[in-house]
Amino acid sequence: MKFQFDSVDAFLKMGGHGAFVWASYVIVYAILIYLTLAPVLSKKTFLKQQKKLLHLQKKSPENSQ
Amino acid sequence: MANNKQERLFMNWQWFHRLGSPRWFYEKTDAWVPWLVILAWGLLLVGTVWGLGFAPMDAKQKDSYRIIYVHVPVAFISMACYYIMAIAGAVGLIWKMKLPYMVMKSAAPIGFAFTIIVLATGSIWGRPTWGTWWEWDGRMTSYLVLSFLYLGIIALQNAFQSRDTADKASAILALVGTVNIPIIYKSVDWWYTLHQPASLNLTSAPKIHISMLYPLFTMIAASYIFFTLVLILYTRAEILRRESKTQWVKDLASGVPSKGDKA
Repeated sequence: MKFQFDSVDAFLKMGGHGAFVWASYVIVYAILIYLTLAPVLSKKTFLKQQKKLLHLQKKSPENSQ
Repeated sequence: MANNKQERLFMNWQWFHRLGSPRWFYEKTDAWVPWLVILAWGLLLVGTVWGLGFAPMDAKQKDSYRIIYVHVPVAFISMACYYIMAIAGAVGLIWKMKLPYMVMKSAAPIGFAFTIIVLATGSIWGRPTWGTWWEWDGRMTSYLVLSFLYLGIIALQNAFQSRDTADKASAILALVGTVNIPIIYKSVDWWYTLHQPASLNLTSAPKIHISMLYPLFTMIAASYIFFTLVLILYTRAEILRRESKTQWVKDLASGVPSKGDKA
C-alpha cells in the first residue's frame, strides 16, 4: 500500500477534482462532529438546569409540587 | 410445578422488560460510550485517510470517486436508521413501552443529518461525474422523500401537546414511510437513468477492485458503529428529559452518588 500522490499539492488538487472531494469531506465531518457533540452538550445543559431547579425547590419548598 | 413454569416464563422475558426500562438503558450504556467514541472515530479516521490517500485512483472517474468512501456508507446507514426508527415505533405502539419511543424520537434527527450528508455529497459528486448538481432521477427523488420523512417525524414530535399522541402519530408515519426504503433500493434498476446501480450487494461479486473495497468496508463498519454511538447519546439525553420527575434523575442532577450513575 502506498500513498497515491507525489506531493501535498497533488494531494490537495486531486487532478482538478480536489475542490469536490475536499468539500464533501468537510461537510461530512462537520455534521458528524455536530452529531457527536450536540447530545452530550444538551445533556449537560439539562442536568445543570435541573440542578438549579432542585436547589430552588429546596430553598422554597412551598412553591414546588 | 406451575410456579416453576411461570418463573421460567418470567425469566425468558426479563431481558425484554429490562430493555424497556429507561433507567436500566441509561446505566448500562454509561460504560459503553467511551469505547464506542474511540472505536467509531478511530475507524472513521483510518477509513478516511485510506480512502483519500492510499486507495488507487479510479480509471474513469479519476479522484472524484473518492467521495464514495463517505457517500455510500452514510447512505447505507441512513436507511438502516429508518428501519430502526420504524421498528422502535412499532414496538412502542404494540407493547406500550417508553424506551422504544425515545429511541424512535432520537433516530429522526440523526437520520435527517445522514440524508443531508448523502444528498450533499451526491450532489457534489454528480457535478464532475454527470455534469449536473441535481437531476430528478429515481434514486435521487426517492431519497429526497426519505429526507422529508425524517423531517416529518421531527415535525410531528413537536406538533402535539401530548407526549403520547406525538409518539403514536410519529410511529404511524414512520411505519407507513418504510414503503419508501425498498423503492430507494430498487430505483436504480427500475428507472435506469443517471445514478449507477449498486457496486456492492450480498448475492454477487463486488464490481469494484479489492484495493478500493477495503477502505470502503472500513468506512461502512465505522458508520454503523458511529450510528450506534450517536443513537445511544441522543437516547440518553432524551431519557433524562422525559424522566426528569423520577428520583433517580433528580439524584443524578443534584450529584447524589447512587449505584452506577455518573453525570
